[in-house]
Amino acid sequence: MSQPHCFLCRCEDVTLEEFREAYREGFTEIESLKRYTGVGTGFCQGKECLAEAAGELAQLRGVAPGQIRLTTIRPPSEPLTFAQLASLPIPPVREDAPSIVADGDNAEGDQ
Amino acid sequence: MTSLTNTALPSSADAVIVGAGINGLAVAYELAKLGVRNVVVIEKGYVGSGSTGRCGGGIRQQWTTEENVRLARESVELYENLTSELGYQTFFRRGGYLMVTETEEHRAAMREAVALQNRCGVESEFLEPDRCLDIVPDLNIARIKGASFCAGDGTAYPFSVVWGYARAADRRRVKIFSQTRVTGIECDGGRITAVGTDRGRIATPIVVNCAGPWARALAAKVGLDLPNRQERHEIMVSESLKPCLEPMVISLSNGIYFSQSMRGEIVGGIGDPEEPGWEDPARFDTRSQLRFAVRFARALCDLYPAARPLRMMRQWAGMYDVTPDHRPILGGVPGLDGYFQICGFSGHGFMLAPIAGKRMARHIATGEPDDIVTSLSLARFERGDLQTDAFVVG
Repeated sequence: MSQPHCFLCRCEDVTLEEFREAYREGFTEIESLKRYTGVGTGFCQGKECLAEAAGELAQLRGVAPGQIRLTTIRPPSEPLTFAQLASLPIPPVREDAPSIVADGDNAEGDQ
Repeated sequence: MTSLTNTALPSSADAVIVGAGINGLAVAYELAKLGVRNVVVIEKGYVGSGSTGRCGGGIRQQWTTEENVRLARESVELYENLTSELGYQTFFRRGGYLMVTETEEHRAAMREAVALQNRCGVESEFLEPDRCLDIVPDLNIARIKGASFCAGDGTAYPFSVVWGYARAADRRRVKIFSQTRVTGIECDGGRITAVGTDRGRIATPIVVNCAGPWARALAAKVGLDLPNRQERHEIMVSESLKPCLEPMVISLSNGIYFSQSMRGEIVGGIGDPEEPGWEDPARFDTRSQLRFAVRFARALCDLYPAARPLRMMRQWAGMYDVTPDHRPILGGVPGLDGYFQICGFSGHGFMLAPIAGKRMARHIATGEPDDIVTSLSLARFERGDLQTDAFVVG
């Protein structure tokens, strides 16, 4: 990960240098970096790049990689067509237990 | 953009804004522009992490109450020049808003609303169903009974707008502290004296509650009981396409809305009448549900069948801060000098924030009354002056 021209996110064509530049511009949080650079928002939804991005951010901040949490992983785990989704039965409302729990937002939504 | 997470908090400020969403940043920027020094913004997450960053980015002037129409019209005028005002690309695009309905009842309401909007200077028009095809050729008009269209409505990218406000505010010496929580608000003799946070206390004569869905909990810290209720809403984004959909399409019948972003994605959501409202922030649950994805996909495939082969990339949820009449709460509160609020936008804060922030900043900085602020003050609930806006969708 030392070559600045290497691609950090191949789906959205984000280079390592662009990611670093965004950090220098003041986007110092992983969630803001995702939305500013587009890293992790392409077809793989971050499966290929988010861990690398978090590792790079840890280096930029000078902290251990474990200090940087990943962005919230959002469903579906693989992109599905609207026709496929529309063919499913509608699940009931569940007030306390959402039917998909992969989305790891905490109760205060600040992830 | 600057968010001074690692810097020490100042011990005093001339105004403390709680919430770095679009409302907090807009009022902070406007206050600084009016010459108020030492403006501090406190944000518990990151900039735009609350409702702003979760919204659909729609900006419309088609409302059924006069204040909402007037506010929206003034807001669109600000959005028109916001990119140059802030020196930051907001991706504001005037693609229009096409509102459709499947019922005769709404058809009449739309005609009335268009008349009100036209009186307020908004150039909307009522459309017969077949005319919708001139605007969205792929629309399924089989059950549509009528529509209204306003070419001047549009969309912007919510994060670009908050980043733009944050940068412009930063240039005017506003200090933004993210990852910082308010723990208390101090008052003395009916005046605000300080804001306490988990990173220190800031003495201030002014606090502005721009906490969105957390506004009610924040107001409770000064003994104020806001009538706001929090509702969970979900939204999704598709893969990117070449430009194919000019306006935001929105249905008054089932609450679906969708538009195409400047990046080419279809962005949209749908209201869920069975979703419960909450008053306790500890119960906020922004996890995604399959129920939303299926309901949205069914409604989209029905109204816009061209989307059937398109893939949904991801979905997420956010909170609406809803008032009993679906109009925002602006202004101060009698007996509590220095406390102000800009909240209760009921799902429409993004589109109204630029003008709400501008009018509120002028009101706070000069102490002069503002007609719309007065009309939308908390006191209206005691006066019984409730004019519910009927066009709340999503």
